[in-house]
Amino acid sequence: MDTAKQLRDKIAAGRMKSADAVKTVFDRIEKIDSTLGAFLSLYKNQAFEQAQVVDDKIAAGQPVGHLAGVPIAIKDNMCTTFGATTCASKILENFHAPYNAHVVEKLHEADAVIIGKCNLDEFAMGSSTENSGLKQTVNPWDTDRVPGGSSGGSAAAVAAGLCCGALGSDTGGSIRQPASFCGVVGLKPTYGRVSRYGLVAYGSSLDQIGPLTQDVTDAALLLNVIAGHDQRDSTSVPETIAPVKDYLAELETPVKGLKIATVPHLNQGADPSVQKAIQDALGVYKSLGAEIIEIDMPNFDYAISAYYVIATAEASSNLARFDGVHYGYRSQKANDYVEVYSKSRDEAFGTEVKRRIMLGTYALSSGYYDAYYLKALKVRNLIRSDFTKAFDQADCLMMPVSPTTAFKIGEKTDDPLQMYLADIYTIAVNLAGVPGISIPCGFDEKNLPIGLQILSGPFSEDKLLRIARMHEKQTDWHTRKPNF
Amino acid sequence: MATKIDEAQVRRVALLSRLELSDKEVAQFSTQLSNIVEYIEKLNELDMDNVEPLAHCLPIHNVLREDIPRPSLTNDQAMVNAPQRHDEYFKVPKILDDNSGA
Amino acid sequence: MAELDYKIIVGLEIHVHLATRTKMFCGCELAYGDTANTHVCPVCIGMPGSLPVMNKTALEFSILTGLALNCQIASFTKWDRKSYYYPDLPKNYQISQYDLPFSEHGYIEIPVESGGTKKIRILRAHLEEDAGKNIHTLGNFSAVDLNRAGTPLLEIVTEPDMNSPEEVGALARELQRIVRFLGVSEADMQKGHMRFEPNVNLHITRNGEVFKTPISEVKNLNSFRAIERSIAYEVRRQLHEFKETGKTLQMGNKSTYGWDDNQQVTVLQREKEEAHDYRYFPDPDLVPVEVNDAWLGEIKSRLCELPIQMQLRFAKDYGLSDYDAGVLTADRATAEFFDTAVKFGADPKRICNLLTQTGLKLANEKGTTVDQLGITPENLAKLAQMTDAGDVSATAATTIFEEMAATGSDPMQIAEAKNLIQKSDVGQIEALVDAVLAENAEAVEDAKTNPKKAKKAMGFLTGQVIKKSKGQANPKIVSQLLNKKLK
Ligand SMILES: [Mg+2]
Ligand SMILES: [Zn+2]
Repeated sequence: MDTAKQLRDKIAAGRMKSADAVKTVFDRIEKIDSTLGAFLSLYKNQAFEQAQVVDDKIAAGQPVGHLAGVPIAIKDNMCTTFGATTCASKILENFHAPYNAHVVEKLHEADAVIIGKCNLDEFAMGSSTENSGLKQTVNPWDTDRVPGGSSGGSAAAVAAGLCCGALGSDTGGSIRQPASFCGVVGLKPTYGRVSRYGLVAYGSSLDQIGPLTQDVTDAALLLNVIAGHDQRDSTSVPETIAPVKDYLAELETPVKGLKIATVPHLNQGADPSVQKAIQDALGVYKSLGAEIIEIDMPNFDYAISAYYVIATAEASSNLARFDGVHYGYRSQKANDYVEVYSKSRDEAFGTEVKRRIMLGTYALSSGYYDAYYLKALKVRNLIRSDFTKAFDQADCLMMPVSPTTAFKIGEKTDDPLQMYLADIYTIAVNLAGVPGISIPCGFDEKNLPIGLQILSGPFSEDKLLRIARMHEKQTDWHTRKPNF
Repeated sequence: MATKIDEAQVRRVALLSRLELSDKEVAQFSTQLSNIVEYIEKLNELDMDNVEPLAHCLPIHNVLREDIPRPSLTNDQAMVNAPQRHDEYFKVPKILDDNSGA
Repeated sequence: MAELDYKIIVGLEIHVHLATRTKMFCGCELAYGDTANTHVCPVCIGMPGSLPVMNKTALEFSILTGLALNCQIASFTKWDRKSYYYPDLPKNYQISQYDLPFSEHGYIEIPVESGGTKKIRILRAHLEEDAGKNIHTLGNFSAVDLNRAGTPLLEIVTEPDMNSPEEVGALARELQRIVRFLGVSEADMQKGHMRFEPNVNLHITRNGEVFKTPISEVKNLNSFRAIERSIAYEVRRQLHEFKETGKTLQMGNKSTYGWDDNQQVTVLQREKEEAHDYRYFPDPDLVPVEVNDAWLGEIKSRLCELPIQMQLRFAKDYGLSDYDAGVLTADRATAEFFDTAVKFGADPKRICNLLTQTGLKLANEKGTTVDQLGITPENLAKLAQMTDAGDVSATAATTIFEEMAATGSDPMQIAEAKNLIQKSDVGQIEALVDAVLAENAEAVEDAKTNPKKAKKAMGFLTGQVIKKSKGQANPKIVSQLLNKKLK
């Protein structure tokens, strides 16, 4: 399967038809997605029409966008005027948005072909896609295992070659962790870099949309397409404060005198195979002349506590609107308007969603606000300063994405806390708002992919991508595909 | 000091959350939420008297919109997802109390 | 009841719709009484993925009002979510302000019986979004219209400084006048632009001891009359209740009453504030607002003299009655038009009469304001001077005023064109007087000798002279001459 960049260049040069690329993709989807379960909805006819439009443009010698004719998938928590926008929840199973998310508009402007919408943990709440209220997605490297989450459908689709690239959303690791579990590249941009307009909110102050791709170059390409200010999102950062760069421009130029920070006591929490892969990756950078320093992130250990207070508090409020009154599922058993709320929500929300709504409501309820929510916001401040200090000393931080590789389906479902604790490496990043990327850096003894996580300062995605690319050029991990 | 979230508290929170939980769910959440909250209380190890709460990492403020009308949806576009409608209205069972809060 | 000595204590929670073009967080146009759910969009329906963006004008209108209410304007303010479930609240939280309102600690001056004013302290004023409407009259179900959802709403909370129904009514009317002067709200109570919720109780003194009655919050008051009457009723009801039960104010035994305008009684809606838990927290979809001095100064520059101050000034400096000063300051256009006209040096009282008697009537008919009638303040002043000088009669002045409005031309020209100038040339008039005296011996006789008939005769003779002058003789001069000649 070509990368998005390769395919776009072929199509733009007239050496390949978008229609053929789209056909290849749908043939493969029809062959294997019944097993993989990556997609919640597919738009075959629309995709072929769009491909035709692009092919005609090129035939007519008209200019085309940066993703001209390239088959792209999006996570089903981004609003589209076509099909449903379900968030993998029964409560939105038949919801038809009257508008397109900002990123969907951007994909259209770039002449991309949106082929379908991918599965996720219900409302992006989870790390395994097992919390989808609509279907199970499996890991293309081992179908008994989870693809990670919450952007599990997007990661699996990219890994299995069902699309050239995909968009996911990351609130506590939901792009980076499935990317690592599926052996693809996953980028979580700085908070405010990509508009959230049309992204169904989970934790509004943490959510960020980003690409899942086959390599670092494609991550830069997709970021070029979706990054930028949007006046419909008050939290989207203006060009004047943080200008959007051309993330492809300097991508091949290594960072001179690269200084990498690691946090030893953190890494020790990971499986040996993961620790080894990280060490090997650091070795690669050493061989490229990078200096590696060891630092401490004293408040990192409190990230999970702070995250599960802040994210669930925001979620309990964000998900209050799903009440069966104006749109979405309404219980047939409701006898009065209060039961329209309580029965519809109980019947249509999955257990993890209810659990987080309960936790968030509890944390905000009178008598507990100061004890939990306010404290969590203070910890958030401490964690941000940990990062600020780290980036004063080094260009980037490197650590695992997850303590383990992909685990077995059902292995952790009855112990939510254990599931939460596995987010240790990804969560602090969202609290601090900084960008992070996961790139393939090896495999464990079960031949399951391992991801290296690289973090850098706010709005330094250009540097982050260049650092990632340095490793990619020296290794072939990203070229390995599951034989699925 | 572990805050045990007993079933009464679970029911109080469920009412606030408008979730009509089954007894089984109530029991389950009581245990699970207690464990989670117990873990979360690691936060109390930190001395944060002089730390400012951070609601947002954004370097921006004063994001304001000019008072210029933009097209609204048509009634049909607005109602297309309505579970129940009466003419141009969203329809719900008769509201007998007054719990409006604005 | 008489034997009980008591004091009425009232505080107000007030909601005012701001007269912006669009809603607070989306571009939907504000509209009253339009087809249900036709001024809605993903944002104000609370659809998934939609995000709010703050309306700058709504915030500036709020700050302007805060300044007019002598409030301190916060240099840093933010928005919070207030959570409660209700079908007219699509997101099931209201974007409001909790711990950092944009303004606090002000006061409003209201006119009082004794003349002069009383200061009512304002605790805080904050900006929030209004909910939609639940309609219960279409059948055995409720219907939701979201056209109103997201309308910018200014909430003003006063201290319990009002001690009579009249004071509360005065505050309501004064606030209406202020927001209309500032142009930040149409403040039409029937349309629900302004909603007042009084908190009423009594401090009863019985043999030296003070008892506080339970507080009642009174809702759905849609007229100033309703506000005053509902409070008067609550006073009677609470006195009665106290005598019957001796019930006094306990922690949180505040009940909510609705006003039944047909029965003219308050009706219990909710015993006690049942434990609301609104779970306020900062809205992560919005960023804070910082109001720097430059911006605040720019908004300050839009302030105008407040109606109450103008009213007092008109009474004091121009010697107008409280009533006249009140009528002139009912709206900003009239007040400022009057003020300018006076500066052209005519008798304020005369200008006031022309404006209130002819001007306002005419403006009403045309559905406009006096400053839009096509009459310049300068010409109005001229007309007033002409009337005072006796060049035209009061009745003629009305005709001229209307003609000025129609043509916009100069009052003197109109007067001449229409032959409305009164003759004041004594010589000319004396000739007429002599003629009339000669022709009416009988009346002359009565006037001179018969005290019973003298007055009537004088009137008759005056009339005759004016008749001879084709209505142009100045009546003052005519009667002067007659008196002289009939001594
Ligand atoms: Mg309010
Ligand atoms: Zn709207």
